[in-house]
Amino acid sequence: MDLQNQQRVKDAGEKYGTDCVVILGSSDAEGAEIYAETVTAGDPTYAGPLAGVSLELPVYHVFDPIIRAECDPAAWEEQISMMEMVLDPEALTAAVKGMRDQYSKNAIE
Amino acid sequence: MSKVGIKSYSYCLNHAPETGSHYGGTPYEAFHSGKEQEYLDALPKHLQSYDHALHYAPNQTYIGGISYEEFEGLKTPWVDNLLPDEKAKRYGKFGELMPEDEFLGLISACDEFELVWLEKSFAEEVSKKLAEDPVITEAIVKRVVRPKNMHELSEIETEYKERAGLPLYFGGKVVGCIRSGHPTDQCLTAHVLMENLAGKASGVLALLHLLKNSGMNPLDLDFVIECSEEGAGDVGQRAGGNFAKAIAEVAGCTNASGCDVRGFCAGPVNAMINAAAQVASGARKNIAVVAGGSIPKLYMNSRDHVKKGLLALEDCVGSFAVLLVPDDGTMPVMRLDVLGKHTVGAGGAPQAVTSALTFEPLQKAGLTFADVDRFAPELQNHEITEPAGAGNVPLANIKMIAALAVMKKAIEKPAMMDFIKQHGTIGYAHTQGHIPAGVPFIGPACEMINEGKIKRAMIIGKGSLFLARLTNLADGASFLIEKPEPVAPTSAVSKDDIKAMILEALGEIAGKLA
Repeated sequence: MDLQNQQRVKDAGEKYGTDCVVILGSSDAEGAEIYAETVTAGDPTYAGPLAGVSLELPVYHVFDPIIRAECDPAAWEEQISMMEMVLDPEALTAAVKGMRDQYSKNAIE
Repeated sequence: MSKVGIKSYSYCLNHAPETGSHYGGTPYEAFHSGKEQEYLDALPKHLQSYDHALHYAPNQTYIGGISYEEFEGLKTPWVDNLLPDEKAKRYGKFGELMPEDEFLGLISACDEFELVWLEKSFAEEVSKKLAEDPVITEAIVKRVVRPKNMHELSEIETEYKERAGLPLYFGGKVVGCIRSGHPTDQCLTAHVLMENLAGKASGVLALLHLLKNSGMNPLDLDFVIECSEEGAGDVGQRAGGNFAKAIAEVAGCTNASGCDVRGFCAGPVNAMINAAAQVASGARKNIAVVAGGSIPKLYMNSRDHVKKGLLALEDCVGSFAVLLVPDDGTMPVMRLDVLGKHTVGAGGAPQAVTSALTFEPLQKAGLTFADVDRFAPELQNHEITEPAGAGNVPLANIKMIAALAVMKKAIEKPAMMDFIKQHGTIGYAHTQGHIPAGVPFIGPACEMINEGKIKRAMIIGKGSLFLARLTNLADGASFLIEKPEPVAPTSAVSKDDIKAMILEALGEIAGKLA
């Protein structure tokens, strides 16, 4: 996760605590897992503002059924359905869940 | 006229591992942060030799050493399945892969302001090597050994140690330096000037190969549009330009003028549309669309390559040039009536972008997805991007196009994989920003059209505008290349026709008077 985004998440996390939910749109499971780790346990690359900072935020991939259920079906169809065919929603959801189960507090499920 | 002819194209690479490992954006940033010594110490062990780069199939595909179709059939990973010696030549059908020492010499030849100093014996040696290059002119060779650009090593050391210059390396030794252009102007630091001069030099090389490939006299070139991602200017006009004219000057195109077009990775496609419109309207007789390459992009993903024990393959400055002329029915054409346009209001979702660049223009032209034999969206080499977590970009793009084709009921969902295989393109371009974005395939597409293997290809460019912190909008543009159709003979009467008609009439009158 780039340094600017880490800073934005850090600012929001410090302001709202674990009421702040992070929704990822990463197209790659490995990347999604690293991003999820960054916003929960801290930046594993020790390069950004979240190095050594455990925000423990609840984190989900946008393809997670919990998030999908919250979305307007028409907007989903218009903006996301194509990518559902292109990417691997199950793998992405599972990669983020793995980190969420270990490090997130206040998860919705 | 809504079509223009694609007369010729060139694609070149400049191998630059030592320059890149010092001044590529990622290593340079790591050096200055002072926090990543482990990575910096390890990087030199992950560099690819020039000989290895010559044997690496994606590089040969880019310069036309092997055909795109041959490349498609090669065994992967390419890095472990190098090409045989007979296919690993410096020169290909489209251009060349120039070694780093000669590139430094070419950069020096492109310097007008005594910004590049090369050590005397090094300059003399590389000038001799450059003289062997079939496209390098005598004038350029002479510029490498101008006394003002050649200095003793002791003077060079003083320049980079005491006057904010930057050393240039070859063979692990300092062989020259780039000087600072101004004591305080951040737009004229040695690092910025190195980037711009390398962009100019690589653009010159592409233009020279274009002139050779097209058989055009440099004096006949009318206009140049340059579309790299570099910004040349000083503090008062940070990216004022003009790379196009600077490149045309060194290439000997004294009757040409030029301007720069920018748009991140969408720049080249926008430049092609701009150039084609000017040629089609008759505003210009012909236009060379040219882009040099980027030093900051070298080793951009090398942190991950080093971490994973892989070769760091991002070691080539990439350039290209395309010559557009009026359509005469004999060469592949670029259509101007079917253009993909990503509007401000379209939104940045991949679905919206893909639709704007593929479905909408095709629908307007009465075509469907299957009518396009090959889509060339973004052609990054996945052996570079995948280890860095950026995935296989060309594959992701063609998957998006296929998924959209399913949504628009142009193909059935079970046919998606076949569509991807038949209509997609495999990436072979360096991660040079503007270069991967569709334009490397203009050459192969024209070759395949000329050989009757395909009828139509779509070239797509997409730009990450957010990087400039001006807007969060996405960007993109696309156009079609097609096989030529016979052009109806013009009904206009030439001067010679009129002369013949008058002579005929006079002859008739004379006959009657006799």
